[in-house]
Amino acid sequence: MKIIVCIKQVPDTNEVKIDQDKGTLIREGVPSIINPEDKNGIEAAVSLKEKFGGEVIVISMGPPQAKVALKEALAMGADEAILLSDRTFAGSDTWATAYTISQAIKEIGDYDLIFCGRQAIDGDTAQVGPQIAENLNLNQLTYVSKVELLDEKVKARRELEQGYSELETKLPVLITVLESINKPRYASIKGIVDAHTTQKIKIWTADDFEVDMDKLGLDASPTQVHETFVPKHEKRGEILEGSYEDIVDNLIKKLRSENVV
Amino acid sequence: MDFKLSDQQKMIQTVFRKFAEKEVDPIAAEIDESCEFPAENVRKMAEIDMMGIPFPQKYGGAGADTLSYIIGVEELSYRCATHGVILSAHVSLGAHPIYKYGTEEQKEKYLVPLAKGEKLGAFGLTEPNAGTDAASQNTTAEIDGDQYVLNGNKIFITNAGVADTFIIMAMTDKSKGTRGISAFIVEKDTPGFTVGKKEDKMGINASDTRELIFQNCRIPKENLLGKEGMGFKIAMATLDGGRIGIAAQALGIAQRALDETVKYVKEREQFGRPIGKFQGLQWYIAEMATKVESARNLVYKAAVTKDSGESFSTEAAMAKLKASETAMEVTNKAVQIFGGYGYMKEYPIERLMRDAKITEIYEGTSEVQKMVIAGSLLR
Repeated sequence: MKIIVCIKQVPDTNEVKIDQDKGTLIREGVPSIINPEDKNGIEAAVSLKEKFGGEVIVISMGPPQAKVALKEALAMGADEAILLSDRTFAGSDTWATAYTISQAIKEIGDYDLIFCGRQAIDGDTAQVGPQIAENLNLNQLTYVSKVELLDEKVKARRELEQGYSELETKLPVLITVLESINKPRYASIKGIVDAHTTQKIKIWTADDFEVDMDKLGLDASPTQVHETFVPKHEKRGEILEGSYEDIVDNLIKKLRSENVV
Repeated sequence: MDFKLSDQQKMIQTVFRKFAEKEVDPIAAEIDESCEFPAENVRKMAEIDMMGIPFPQKYGGAGADTLSYIIGVEELSYRCATHGVILSAHVSLGAHPIYKYGTEEQKEKYLVPLAKGEKLGAFGLTEPNAGTDAASQNTTAEIDGDQYVLNGNKIFITNAGVADTFIIMAMTDKSKGTRGISAFIVEKDTPGFTVGKKEDKMGINASDTRELIFQNCRIPKENLLGKEGMGFKIAMATLDGGRIGIAAQALGIAQRALDETVKYVKEREQFGRPIGKFQGLQWYIAEMATKVESARNLVYKAAVTKDSGESFSTEAAMAKLKASETAMEVTNKAVQIFGGYGYMKEYPIERLMRDAKITEIYEGTSEVQKMVIAGSLLR
């Protein structure tokens, strides 16, 4: 069985500070970590491998320093790691990211399962996983809190706003996982030593797999960021005056105009 | 000189830090009170190769360097000094002598399970009348056919009641003085070998400290470690390594006291402002931070020197002397700054001070470290 896990290196938002003037994150001195729910994806993949055999390949897209995240994934039990890193990938939104990763996954081929975290703590879009599934024309199970493998099928529990649903589908399938699915293991010390002494990480540039150059990076991204800013939390109070009837009428009008009621 | 940790060392530090925060911290105060050995955490540490961190992978270890191991002890001790000494005594005192002096057969039989954390190690040198004067050993080992027969007592032995494999020093030839001491590997449950009651201590309460009692305890001849008469040399070399571990334990305790104090002086208000705004306390904090950082430099340097293959006895003694005294001074000052709160068990500060004291005593008192340092200078 071949399991692919897509991971993203993100700033540890517990320690992140915002530059109020520029509206951007202050990255200096902020540690980078594997996106927490992607770690759950690694754990799900590695524990399935331990139970049923096979191999786990982790894939990430990002600058060369994202290798650190892949090394940690190897130390958690992944067998191979691929970093998609090329200047032409820079500035990709979720659409361009999903396209690039999908093309790399096609290049890997013969996969049975793809795990992604539900969403990254820096972007919070929850789009990349489902977009990859669409690009690869795969079944997808999102918001998964429990997964079981039965022969050629997968049984999963999807968390819904009220309750949950249990679904079964054939392999191959892409699954986006929630934090509640498992408790990610610690990277083992031996695994860390091995990840730093063996060359298990492959770096793929745009020349290493089939891509349409017009679909890469910032220029190909339908989402363009024009401005980032910190929302202002202003508490505005207003005192309504007049008779009780007037105040109530006035209040209801205001609540309706703000779409509160 | 490069003062930066490598990427590998940083990642190992992060794993120990997270483990200590998530698994160790929640039980630290509880096991200090109950004195219960944290067996479940030791098992979890073994699962991720912490128990064999500096040994080669071919012997079941993780294959990391001494500095990584030392940082591990520091990070564990930051949350709980008991966890720190369990690892340090196991790795430096229980397993390392077998790695350094053992035959291939001994390594296969004893080092591999120790490095994998399937078994726990301990070390017996100290006796009622052989403390700082470690050469005054009364425990004897007499050869009888293809066995040695051990008789005598060891005291204050870390991990005693929970260890599986013990390195024991005993006299094989009293007439030769220190050259008549030999080292042996003794398995728990060997007939004639028992352990005493758990000692009631001032600090590191959950560490299992006991007496070892040998009464006609017969062990196979092949359990002699090194050659007859090498025991004192093995013990001293083992303690050189162990001292870096204890220095790291002291460093972890000191760093925690400093961090807790910095947090406290920012929050605690007296006379209408945070007490950290008073210059008197700022000076205390500056002194504490400088002591901790100089201790860290000595401790890390000793670890790196050990890995370089050069002699590191003096560096280890300096590291332990400085770090343990720093731990005591910094925790003492922290209690003072916390005032009444520092004296209460509700805060971790009083535990840090109790745990710090032992680092000036075991694996050679501060006075012994000075003997080692002066000895190397006045040779």
